[in-house]
Amino acid sequence: MGLIEKFLHNPKAPRWGVHPDDHKRPAADAPLRTLPLPARLYVPLLQHVGQPARPVVLVGQEVRKGQLIAEPQGRISAPVHAPTSGRIVAIGEITAPHPSGLPFEAITIETDGHDRAVEADVPADPFTLAPAEVTALISAAGVVGLGGATFPSSVKLALGKRSEITTLIVNGGECEPYLSCDDRVMRDRAADVIDGVRLMLHCTGAREALVGIEDNKPEAIAAMRRAATRFPEIKVRPVPARYPMGSDRQLIETLTGKEVPSDCRAADVGVIVNNVSTANAVHRAVRLGEPLIERIVTINGGAVWQPGNILAPIGTLAADLLAFAGLKSEPARLVMGGPMMGAVLPHARVPIVKGSAGILAFNEDEVAIPEAGPCIRCGNCVQACPIGLLPLEMAANVRVGDLQAAASLGLSDCISCGCCAYICPSHIPLVQYFSHAKGELWAQERDKLRMEATRKLAAERAVRLEREAAEKAEAAARRKAERDAAKRAEAAAKAAAESAVTEVAE
Amino acid sequence: MLAAIASLTVLGAVLGLGLGVAARKFAIDGDPLADEIAALMPGSNCGQCGMAGCAIAAKAIAEGTATATVCPPGGKALAASIAAKLGISVDLDEIADNGPMMAYVKEEICIGCCKCNKVCPTDAMIGAAKQIHGVIREACTGCGLCVERCPTEAAQMQPVPITLQHWVWPKPASVTTPAST
Repeated sequence: MGLIEKFLHNPKAPRWGVHPDDHKRPAADAPLRTLPLPARLYVPLLQHVGQPARPVVLVGQEVRKGQLIAEPQGRISAPVHAPTSGRIVAIGEITAPHPSGLPFEAITIETDGHDRAVEADVPADPFTLAPAEVTALISAAGVVGLGGATFPSSVKLALGKRSEITTLIVNGGECEPYLSCDDRVMRDRAADVIDGVRLMLHCTGAREALVGIEDNKPEAIAAMRRAATRFPEIKVRPVPARYPMGSDRQLIETLTGKEVPSDCRAADVGVIVNNVSTANAVHRAVRLGEPLIERIVTINGGAVWQPGNILAPIGTLAADLLAFAGLKSEPARLVMGGPMMGAVLPHARVPIVKGSAGILAFNEDEVAIPEAGPCIRCGNCVQACPIGLLPLEMAANVRVGDLQAAASLGLSDCISCGCCAYICPSHIPLVQYFSHAKGELWAQERDKLRMEATRKLAAERAVRLEREAAEKAEAAARRKAERDAAKRAEAAAKAAAESAVTEVAE
Repeated sequence: MLAAIASLTVLGAVLGLGLGVAARKFAIDGDPLADEIAALMPGSNCGQCGMAGCAIAAKAIAEGTATATVCPPGGKALAASIAAKLGISVDLDEIADNGPMMAYVKEEICIGCCKCNKVCPTDAMIGAAKQIHGVIREACTGCGLCVERCPTEAAQMQPVPITLQHWVWPKPASVTTPAST
């Protein structure tokens, strides 16, 4: 922080984080458009944290809009529904929206254009239902956290209820540059969002809801304040625009002054955080009986002709969205999500998922990255880190392969927000170091768990073989005993017969 | 002179007796270090290390006749934990070049003879008689016993496939000058 900045610094503003150019307008101000139904939708089975869903439809089957096509399996999972009516043409692998370019399972639907929906059964007044019943409706609708983490919402709400949280924080921060889908949801659907917030309050038993919105979105703040006037338990709180304000821990600290300890969840300090788009999805699930089958996606970046927000069904290819918005030039890089934390896409033929906030198509000027230089130990990354870690030390340890030392410096608390890499004057790819180290540590941990499991399997097998051998021996002994008994009986009968014969003869 | 000889003799006798008693009283059967290492090992007794089982391999590691990197199914994680136990450093990169392997079944030539699932130490091979067999990825230690046993060469080894859940970001290419010291 420079000297002048220090004087101008707002004492209330957080000291962590960075303030990148937000590039949100004009995309944020363009009215919401609806994508014409694409010819094919590729609906992935894993669009959430946890176990992938299991398909319950067959190839060739006709489905309707909102019909369940894959059911959840496992404790943390979410169902997947058909985004429109049509025919299932394939269940198989498709490139995932992931930097690795590896495939994952998806259901391909050939749309018929009629958009016929299944009839939904909606409760007349959900507030008369028990919280668990409303949570079940949200679970069945496949609602997941739309802020990016895609954690199944029903699991989170049930956890909030169990831990008796007092405050529900609604995240309208949207601190990532370029993105404006949450802004658009708050401007266009403020009443729906507030209704969703009330439903979530009902599910968790929290007394109040704090809606945190960055102060660079005055229209959204005004719309939400208007919609929330009738509900004193919902308070709209503008927060300073500073990246990463939309990260749950940072927002909790800014709004409540509570710091979530390392290794703890937000629920442990009596708070849960849900995104505004999630609140909107909850409203639609409970009031309209509509599962999570569409979302607002921001199409932005220097290569886009008409940047803006587009309402699109889940499973739309990024290529279809880009074609609809128009491209000025061949994009130099495609990113799903924000520029700070989003995933670089291998190509545009990947589907959007529930957690896709945006598709960014950058031109050459926007992606120019100077070559990484040596660390000059300026400490800018330490200043910027919202968690209070030492990115330079952690990266140095990872670079020489000492992952344990990096872990002891708090690597697991790193949220990969990218502030350190953004601020680094030497352009060191710090986040990549941390992502690599986290992946390696997790792989080692998984290997260890796997080995424990295989050891158990081997031990169980040994026990089983022993038991089988014992059973075999027992069965053989029994058969032998039976044979002997039969022989004896036969001999006895023979003897009796012989004696009878001799008696008769006599 | 006499006093010195007598006192040293007595001292020697007492201490010697003490040591002799302690050696009998506190004697431990087997090598505790070998047992601790054996507890870390996969326990499937697959024989990939060239020894007759995990316990024997653990003994060899404890005695120093085998290296900490001897166990292929254990991989880097095992080598690291054994090295930590022994207080030695191992070159983990040495293990990476053969990479973890696992079995797979070439379905078109599997005759469903059930021979492989009889030898699999962790029951990772599944399948009934005259049905195509399969491998449970998470249970396979890559020991290769099924490959030797398979009459039609349907069971084969392959590098463990990388999926979305297993992919790890590559380490950034090193800068020419040290990033920090």
